[in-house]
Amino acid sequence: MASSMTRFFERFLKIDRRWIFLAIAIAVVIPFFAPLGLPVDVTPPVQRLYDAVDELEAGGAPLLLSIDYTPATSPELEPMSTAILRHVFEKGVRVIVMTLHPAGYGMAESAILRAAEEAGAEYGEDLVYLGFQPGTSAVILGLGVNITNVFPEDAYGTPLSEIPLMEGIRNYDDIPLLISLAGWSASEAWVYFAHQPYGQRVGGGVTAVMATDLYPYLDSGQLVGLLGGMRGAAEYEVLIGRPGSGARGMDSQSVIHLIIILLIVLGNVAYFATRRQRKLAGEGT
Amino acid sequence: MLRRRLPLLLCFIAGLFMAVQYYVPHHSVQSAYETLLLWLQTLLAFAFLLGTVSLIRVHYHKIRNKAADRGFSLVMFAGLFAMLGLGFFHPSHHAPGSPFNLMFLNVQVPIEATMFSLLAFYVASAAFRAFRARTLEATLLLVAAAIVMLGRVPIGEMISSTIPEATRWILEVPNLAAKRGIMIGVGLGMMATSLKIILGIERAWMGGGD
Repeated sequence: MASSMTRFFERFLKIDRRWIFLAIAIAVVIPFFAPLGLPVDVTPPVQRLYDAVDELEAGGAPLLLSIDYTPATSPELEPMSTAILRHVFEKGVRVIVMTLHPAGYGMAESAILRAAEEAGAEYGEDLVYLGFQPGTSAVILGLGVNITNVFPEDAYGTPLSEIPLMEGIRNYDDIPLLISLAGWSASEAWVYFAHQPYGQRVGGGVTAVMATDLYPYLDSGQLVGLLGGMRGAAEYEVLIGRPGSGARGMDSQSVIHLIIILLIVLGNVAYFATRRQRKLAGEGT
Repeated sequence: MLRRRLPLLLCFIAGLFMAVQYYVPHHSVQSAYETLLLWLQTLLAFAFLLGTVSLIRVHYHKIRNKAADRGFSLVMFAGLFAMLGLGFFHPSHHAPGSPFNLMFLNVQVPIEATMFSLLAFYVASAAFRAFRARTLEATLLLVAAAIVMLGRVPIGEMISSTIPEATRWILEVPNLAAKRGIMIGVGLGMMATSLKIILGIERAWMGGGD
């Protein structure tokens, strides 16, 4: 009996990885067609970012949203940009959008076009898109001196001096909050070069694996709030009362995490069950 | 002699100025700082040009030398020049629905998102095969990973309200302590290296390996 169990575990450890791939694929797809509707609780870092955005005045000083993510990380970060833009447009808060990554140019543009169309926001009055400029640290430092030095025109070639929203907006002194959504170290760069030298309030949204890197800044108050991965986006969607792709993705993510934990447990059980056999085989040779 | 001393002198002056300007709010210093930032931005823009030229050279040599994987180089050239052409020569490449935008949204976005999402499959497979509680450290890592994975999804809250609490504790106490230690170490290292470069002790950036 014991040896048949051992043989089973040995075979189990050598399972074709395509079966694992299939299990993950099923776990991703099924919850999209049959949502589980799992409840999402709001954590303090997300609540703090939401509160910081919610404090902004309608029609007052604008939010600077830096959409620094690329297509690779967009499934995790795009729900964040959508939720934040919905929040600000619903409140009537004006927003300046830019990017520090060349591949972020198209991501930012599609995000703002979608959100602006949905909310009926008017370009130039409610939002401005500055586009991309190379040189991460130089761009962030430059914005603290004068925005028009870095972006003389918006993304479509209109001088900033001709855009109503930019009237009276010179540098970070005129921007009460900045949020960076990034799948790389851009959010940290904003802390280093915008918060530290200029005292700019910075919020962040990053992929789940990057969130742990930013906890020290959150704890020290250098970040006002943080959205970590799809979970962060889902929590923000709950706060604005509009569940979207973040909340939908949580069902799939829940099932996948369970499967991975199950695989780890089963892998360890099989490993230890067959270890004695391997040791005996080793002694025999 | 000048070829070596001039870059060292420029590095020393620029490095010293950028450090000192932070503490000097005088108009003339801030104006010079503003100008230096514009220079820096212009210089950094050339990195893109350098990167593109380097990419073209590498793949050109692969094709010329008939390397086994030269087919990928041809695909790279096709993609590079197609996007450059659409960007430079299409009159309204910014406009939504323009060929440049359509290529980006319908080719680059799905390709990159697909590549990144493959990670989920490989992580699951690797976790099954390699994540073993062989030592105490590995067991601690395994248990912490399992708690955080459960605590970051709604199903963890449904199993037990302790799991999200434990997740928060792991992230805010041991994780924070380790991160801070690493960050302080990295920060001190960066300061030491910067000082060595500014003072001309570290010269590897000039080439030649000395």
